[in-house]
Amino acid sequence: MGSTPEYGRRDLIKRAAAIGLISVPAMSALSACASGGDGDGGKQVDKGKKSEKNPLAVNEKAALEVVIFDGGFGQQYAKDAEAEYRKAFPDAQVKHSATQEIQTQLQPRFNGGTPPDLIDNSGAKQMDMGTLVGKNQLTDLTALLDAPSYDDPARKVRDTLRPGVVEMGQFEGKETWILYYAYTVYGVWYSKTNLQKLDAQYPETWDEMLKVCEAAKKKGIAGWTYAGKYPYYVPFSLYPFIAKIGGVEVLKRIDNLEPNAWKDPAVKAAFEAYYELYKKGYILQGSPGLTHIDSQTAWNQGKALFLPNGSWVENEAKKTTPQDFRMAVGAPSSLDRNSDKMPFGTLWASGGEPFIVPKNARNPQGGMELLRVMLGKKSSQNFIKSVSSLTSLNGGTEGLTLPPGLASSQEALDKAGKNVVNPRLQDWYVALQKEKIGVAAIGEMMAGRLTPDEAITKIQRFADETAKDDSVKKYRHK
Amino acid sequence: MQHGKYRFIAGFLVLPLAIYGIFVISPFVQAIYYSFTDWTGLSPDFRVTGTENYRRLWNDDVFWTSVGHNVLLLLVLPLVTIGLGLFFAFMLNVGGRRRKNAAVAGVRGSGIYKVVYFFPQVLSIAIVALLFQFAYNPNSGALNSFLSAVGLDSVRPEWLGDPDLALWCVMAVMVWSNVGFYVVLFSAGMSSIPRDFYEAALLDGANRLQTFFRITLPLLWDTVQTGWVYMGIMALDSFAVVQIMTIGPGGPDYSTEVLSFYLYTKAFRDGQAGYATTLGVALLIVTLIFAGIVMKLGRRERLEY
Repeated sequence: MGSTPEYGRRDLIKRAAAIGLISVPAMSALSACASGGDGDGGKQVDKGKKSEKNPLAVNEKAALEVVIFDGGFGQQYAKDAEAEYRKAFPDAQVKHSATQEIQTQLQPRFNGGTPPDLIDNSGAKQMDMGTLVGKNQLTDLTALLDAPSYDDPARKVRDTLRPGVVEMGQFEGKETWILYYAYTVYGVWYSKTNLQKLDAQYPETWDEMLKVCEAAKKKGIAGWTYAGKYPYYVPFSLYPFIAKIGGVEVLKRIDNLEPNAWKDPAVKAAFEAYYELYKKGYILQGSPGLTHIDSQTAWNQGKALFLPNGSWVENEAKKTTPQDFRMAVGAPSSLDRNSDKMPFGTLWASGGEPFIVPKNARNPQGGMELLRVMLGKKSSQNFIKSVSSLTSLNGGTEGLTLPPGLASSQEALDKAGKNVVNPRLQDWYVALQKEKIGVAAIGEMMAGRLTPDEAITKIQRFADETAKDDSVKKYRHK
Repeated sequence: MQHGKYRFIAGFLVLPLAIYGIFVISPFVQAIYYSFTDWTGLSPDFRVTGTENYRRLWNDDVFWTSVGHNVLLLLVLPLVTIGLGLFFAFMLNVGGRRRKNAAVAGVRGSGIYKVVYFFPQVLSIAIVALLFQFAYNPNSGALNSFLSAVGLDSVRPEWLGDPDLALWCVMAVMVWSNVGFYVVLFSAGMSSIPRDFYEAALLDGANRLQTFFRITLPLLWDTVQTGWVYMGIMALDSFAVVQIMTIGPGGPDYSTEVLSFYLYTKAFRDGQAGYATTLGVALLIVTLIFAGIVMKLGRRERLEY
């Protein structure tokens, strides 16, 4: 007893601390780095036998893992397509998962070199495409594009897609890294019923737009509302408006981050027109604080007539949309019918739901084959019917009774013909488009806290900063 | 008995130290290392760029804005939350009217109040933020509906939509959701203060204010200090509320941007994990400075009772 003085408390702590210090470097050497090793990739399954039914040479027995973004379009459409896949390859296991946290769940797997075979890299938490491409993490989908299409072996998949879809999936070289499955029409969304109540039609010129808004204001209805909490919804109708006024080159210069691209008179004219909506009190009070859902609900309730949005709104707002709402989309009104560079009808349409096949996927052929199935008419129509959005498959709507918003999207596309614009800021420079241009400039202008001139100056500064920032990868229109 | 002494000690320490090393120390060391690289977070391939990230940090306006907001949160939040917590706890335990047989007592119904105050603490912060998002809705939210109801139709702030108000709205939510915890914490502390002290003070003719400042606060000082550090950590974080509730999120016009959220967007939206870890190191430094200051200021002779 009492033989413990050599274990004096002070000594013990000192020594423990010393051991702790020594163990620090040892541990960091022992434990795996967060960035992972790169030796795990390349363990791909063997290719199967190429045949007419199996043009991509999918291994019939290899498991397939699919991760779907569980957002506005849900996941059922993918499950249905997987069922088709299983029919073709009864021995293959298909592992399906759906999440809204694409990036949080998949980023570690990319780092570890074990990503799934097909990913719908979409939603607010999508992984940055430019980085994935830049770091060579994706499989080139050219094989899929050149494969015979699912319904007609005489036509390549490439030739069955809507215009612009393949180009959107390309970055610098010839490789196509992304396949956008949904096809979104952006514009000014409205209710035919609510316009009718004011004895109005969708205004084809901005003067008429102001008149309709004035008439609405007299009845206590606002002209416009927007997702003030995410003001980057406003460009959905504002950017094609700019293109309509000044030609598509203005948008291209903006996308290319050219000096003074935003100082174009067309930008100023468009900004001033939108600012006038605020100045004349045509914007629903409180809009700057609304989420996209809030604004859609207010619009459904008839509190406001017009809403800049994309064609997913019909599905997303299903629950709050009255039966007789008769949803429709309008292209930007003409600011000046004579001097506008592009005709009325010009609108923004582009691919949505970007699907990717990772480079280190174990079964990349399987991933592409599932995409091929999805781009078949059957799966495509299933998607159109169940989530009321178009797919990248050109046509595919024959024989379907489309819901009003979707029918209107199709009409708008037909009317636009070649005059479809596709600004790329939102997929090339997310930070610039969303938090800088969107929240810090356009949002502030629509809330009346910046004048159009101030907003443009601010945006030009942001764009110049991005152009100079080496940590951001740059893209250009070809 | 000297034989095997070191092996004996080491035997006890190996496992906890290993766990500590792997899960605490090593990520720290790695993070500092990654802050000198251009790692994207999306592929294992990166190179060391030296102090490039730190140079960029120095010239990054958004970074300084968010540091400013963090410092403001750090000054205001603990002060208001702990002040309110102390006030409520004092009223619940000591502040009531004097009754028979008891020198001090809480206000009537203090038992119920305690539960009510603690309520927000039971809710997940995500739910709290979402609830307040509805309350702040400028169109149909509770706050503006209330303003309309009392005839203040002309004053309808946009709350989170207004850059001058947004950060204060965030602070209000954080105070609301945290104050209950401190009420309970301080109540527990106060109930361990012997009643005789109060009795003696009351016999000497002290009023409530005097008993609070002369007896309650000094004897509670340790608890207050702990609470201060804890609330400071909450202020440095404040990620959830900003992410769920605010415009953008982080706005409008960066008016609610905080370090933790900025770090998150850089790492997980922009694929710049290297720069994000640099921000993390900056946050670590701010935290260390804060802890140092609190420890220095808070050092006081401990009263034994």
